Amino acid sequence: MTEHHIAPRGMYYVVFLALIIGTGLTVAAAEVDLGALNNVLMLAIACAKALLVILFFMHLRWGTRLTWVVVGSGFFWLLIMFSLTMSDYMSRGWVEGTLR
Amino acid sequence: MPDGHAHAAPLDAHGHPHEPAHPKLQHHFDDMGQRAEASTLGMWVFLVTEILFFGGLFMCYLVYRWKSPSGFQEASFELNRVWGATNTAVLIISSLTMALAVRAAQTSAKRGTQVFFLGLTMFFGLVFLGIKAIEYTDKFVHHHVPGPHFHWDGQYPKPAEQFYSLYFAMTGLHAVHMIVGVGIMAVITWMAWRETFDEDYYTPVEVAGLYWHFVDIVWIFLFPLLYLIGGHFKG
Repeated sequence: MTEHHIAPRGMYYVVFLALIIGTGLTVAAAEVDLGALNNVLMLAIACAKALLVILFFMHLRWGTRLTWVVVGSGFFWLLIMFSLTMSDYMSRGWVEGTLR
Repeated sequence: MPDGHAHAAPLDAHGHPHEPAHPKLQHHFDDMGQRAEASTLGMWVFLVTEILFFGGLFMCYLVYRWKSPSGFQEASFELNRVWGATNTAVLIISSLTMALAVRAAQTSAKRGTQVFFLGLTMFFGLVFLGIKAIEYTDKFVHHHVPGPHFHWDGQYPKPAEQFYSLYFAMTGLHAVHMIVGVGIMAVITWMAWRETFDEDYYTPVEVAGLYWHFVDIVWIFLFPLLYLIGGHFKG
């Protein structure tokens, strides 16, 4: 039988606190003009928050390897969609006479 | 067969004591652990399709924002960041109560405890939807809803309308997921009240929790992308 890990209650409070602090940081950082770095920072914090939720609240940290592969594949396909689509839009018109 | 353990449990094919099957174990599963694993894996597969479902809208957002970055900043500046941040916190709190509800079931806590945390989760879900309704009303009042009555005083009316089309599509789809989530929680709460869950069987709470946390994650990305890109626009 697969043993189910029961995380201590304190862990949930720590993760919760980290998520709230992350939200505060995002709001604070948006008020400062950092140029392109604003987007990098807010998305980095959002990714960190999402990772915390997935690993601890959604128990992926104690999940099977198969679950890891399934979750990873979802984000991998998302990246394929973003990168292939943007490589199309951003490279339009690079060759003279082609569609813009 | 040696019979040294007259009172011990019978041995299975691997020589381990064979415990009597759990009453909730369906015959096509080996044990309760395998049953739980099949359910959570199935939920994750569904959530992967949801990632790509929302992903299409994020893709759309990316393309249009890339085409008109200033227009998107101007449009984002009109959204109320205080409501947005409040709703982010409300959803994070609901995720905490959800996680604690799952833990209550895992530890065979009294049904009162399980129902308490599930009820709180639903409550914060409804608070989120209420705040969303206030924000939507505000957008209708100020004619910031895309369509024939859309009105924009700023420099970039066209990109602003595109921004608000995406705003309503993305937050709307998210809100639909919230409404479904509250419905699911209502069923789970009813099951918890009937003392369905204990340390051996809590899969429905766990799986419903996965869904709830996923919807939270979508908002974690929606909040900065929609509300905060205009933060320093006029500052």
